[in-house]
Amino acid sequence: MDLKVNSSVATRDERDAVDSVLGTPTQYTQGGTRGEQDLRISRAGEALRNLRHMLLPTLHAVNDRIGWISRGSINYIAQQLDVAPAEIYGVASFYALFSMTERPKRQVHVCIDLACRAMGGLKEDQLPEGTHPSPCLGTCERAPAVLVIEAGNPARHEILAPATPEQIKSLAKGEWPEAEATVVSATPQAQDTSSKLVLLGRIGKVDPLLISDYQKHGGFDALRKAIQIGATGVIDEVNTSGLVGRGGAAFPTGRKWAAVAGQPAFPHYSICNADESEPGTFKDRVIMEGDPFALVEAMIIASFATGSEQGFIYLRGEYPRAIRNVQHAIDESKKHGFLGDNILGSGFNFNLTIVRGAGAYICGEETAIFNSIEGYRGEPRNKPPFPVEVGVFGKPTLVNNVETLVNVLSIVKDGGAAYAALGTDGSKGRKLFCLSGAVAKPGIYEVEFGITLRQLIDLGGGMRNGSTMQAILLGGAAGGFVGPNDLDLPLTMEATRAAGSSLGSGVVMVLDQSVDMVDQLRRIAAFFRDESCGQCVPCRVGTVRQEEIVSRLAKGVQSQDIELLRELGTVMRDASICGLGQTANSAIDSAINKLKVFAV
Amino acid sequence: MSTQVTTGLQVRRSVQLTIDDQSVTVAEGETILSACRTMGKEIPTLCFGDTITPKNACRVCMVEVEGSRVLVPSCSRKVEPGMVVRTDTERTDHSRKLVLELLGSSVDLSLTKNVARWNTEYEAEPTRFGKPAAPTTHRDDATTGHHHVADGSSVSNVLQPVKIDNELYVRDYSKCIMCYQCVDACGEQWQNTFAIGVAGRGFDIRISTEFNVDLTDSACVYCGNCIQVCPTGALMFTSEYNMREAGTWKEEEQTQTDTICPYCGVGCALTLHVQDNEIVKVSSPSDHSVTHGNLCIKGRFGFQHVQNRAE
Repeated sequence: MDLKVNSSVATRDERDAVDSVLGTPTQYTQGGTRGEQDLRISRAGEALRNLRHMLLPTLHAVNDRIGWISRGSINYIAQQLDVAPAEIYGVASFYALFSMTERPKRQVHVCIDLACRAMGGLKEDQLPEGTHPSPCLGTCERAPAVLVIEAGNPARHEILAPATPEQIKSLAKGEWPEAEATVVSATPQAQDTSSKLVLLGRIGKVDPLLISDYQKHGGFDALRKAIQIGATGVIDEVNTSGLVGRGGAAFPTGRKWAAVAGQPAFPHYSICNADESEPGTFKDRVIMEGDPFALVEAMIIASFATGSEQGFIYLRGEYPRAIRNVQHAIDESKKHGFLGDNILGSGFNFNLTIVRGAGAYICGEETAIFNSIEGYRGEPRNKPPFPVEVGVFGKPTLVNNVETLVNVLSIVKDGGAAYAALGTDGSKGRKLFCLSGAVAKPGIYEVEFGITLRQLIDLGGGMRNGSTMQAILLGGAAGGFVGPNDLDLPLTMEATRAAGSSLGSGVVMVLDQSVDMVDQLRRIAAFFRDESCGQCVPCRVGTVRQEEIVSRLAKGVQSQDIELLRELGTVMRDASICGLGQTANSAIDSAINKLKVFAV
Repeated sequence: MSTQVTTGLQVRRSVQLTIDDQSVTVAEGETILSACRTMGKEIPTLCFGDTITPKNACRVCMVEVEGSRVLVPSCSRKVEPGMVVRTDTERTDHSRKLVLELLGSSVDLSLTKNVARWNTEYEAEPTRFGKPAAPTTHRDDATTGHHHVADGSSVSNVLQPVKIDNELYVRDYSKCIMCYQCVDACGEQWQNTFAIGVAGRGFDIRISTEFNVDLTDSACVYCGNCIQVCPTGALMFTSEYNMREAGTWKEEEQTQTDTICPYCGVGCALTLHVQDNEIVKVSSPSDHSVTHGNLCIKGRFGFQHVQNRAE
């Protein structure tokens, strides 16, 4: 390719930001100064194209430092990476956290999503000057939430929750929020010191930034055991445990691991899907903030078992504390010999890198995550081929959710059989639920599979004072609503499936009498319209039509609109490329059919 | 795994499958769509082109495959031994109908082949979603992840002004169904120029140069291979565009003459589209072994000298 860039030139700050990731260019064609060596050598072609995966981190670096991404910086990145400016523009404009037009350094992202608006948060048309709406920030236990980003060197990111309208106004004017509440506030069970939690066992008891603390509380014991029983031993235990994926799709984890381990093509890669963006979901954030070493250890074990020497944690860009804590845990683990070469003398080498998301729900789709990591637009790929065969960089890849991975620690330590003894026949082990909305103690709850919806809400202290239950959203925007009559529903995969709903990512959002259900449905429709990647017609246009019809229904119910919505739901479910489009109608459909929201 | 004897040509096993209760045998690596075409079955396609790896973005060619929870795109799903495929069920028909309606209500499909016929066949009524919204001028400035919440009073679409920024071809993205073929032809699959890419997200997705600069400021080399693959008339020779605007474009009166490009030694095949003894556009047969429908600026646009007649 003959790279053609126009005359816009990057400023010194923009060049510095790019160079902080890619290094100073050594040749003229890459944007460096012309010198003697340009006559003799040229670094180009394959060598540069192999750096394509550095595109997303480089765009982050510019956006962090400058606050937006100019023509000059795109030209400079194009020269450094030998990628055409039009391609870079296409990638950068895919992500909501990047801007291609100049904007103030201070950006105030106000969550307007389901939990926050149900808890009295601002709506899109009520936002003060200088702020803008954001999809769910994953801080639902302290709703309503705000994320403040200030570009600079270094950039600052902070969450404020709960945030009053006055506080939001002063943030827009330049005030900086105080440090967030400690993460233990998100796990009411952990505040009871006699509780016997496993997944959340260390949260609030250890300092998430101290590796010594982690080791004192059983840290890296599972890794030692894993090395002792070997890769096949680990996979056997995971198979025996009956663990299934906790991200929403519930695929048997052991089968996935065995499939990756058995692939003849090398290298293998492992990815932790920490792009938690399903409205109402915040369990992965709490684990990463409160027990980041556990995730690192689990990634080492998963990669050891599947023969992967390079792992990625694709971490949501809107989770500043999780990014800080996990990065710290990776650095410390490396220092102490748990990452790098010959881990614990096993001969196993493994490196782990965080890839920061940039504001795209779709990148939590397991194949979109590959494109995003590789430096392409985060559009899902077609399956087959499946990730275990052809994943990131075209190689066999393991993709697991944070909660799934963390479950493996106790499975390896105590054996798969002990884990399988927990829960029900169809749903083994422990599960984290994200309880939010009008309950007394919202937060993450760790339970053995089998409890009912009522028991979970009781665990959360029951309804908040003065609140009467109106509806419950299970599984997030891609899940479905149930009503107050469904409280005896056991929260298991099999029971929710039989009831025509889904556990999804473990969202249980309790909406009280004050919530305008039609407003919730309009927000769900708007959410999917914003987050569709746009690749396939059923989702790209279907989500737009869905929003238009829901808005029309809000003004007056026409039976033909209900029918049209049903037809749309069918084509989105049947013909969309990925799970986003396939589930974009499910919550709205359940509200119409079960809760009779638009009944005439 | 059994060993295969490969000589100069790759030996391909044959695969037997069932399509609409009929058993059919095709070569390994073929798609369901090509198997259907072998049998003489018509499956509608919009984003599928014969020289570009299908992106299967339009989802009009969906078929049912036994054992699959969702429908599968026949244009890119490879046949497998024992596969049981249904191409004509309530689900596939519904899916095709809705895809035609969704596209028809958001995009100008007036120049897309076969759409009118398929609309009748699948009883698609693109107008039933409501009154179309007025064309907009700011689609290229969309903010990713944000939109003005729809009030439902009109139906959003991609109608927008035609982009005319050079003398050779125009870009009318009101007609674009986002098949990605022009981007793939410009980029990694043929031309390796990467002048255009896919930008934005969701309904705001669009084909764009960097920062929507004019083609004359972009990396475009005017090979016109994007026009060659465009299935909807969104990309068009300026000559054709002007004649259509003037109402003088008469496709039924045109002749097509195949010849060899006179400029260099590669020997690309040209198809000259001639109306009233004037060349009005140039295409290239996509099944031709030399360049598979691809040309350069000279072959594609360098025809004026042929018709500079003495006054």
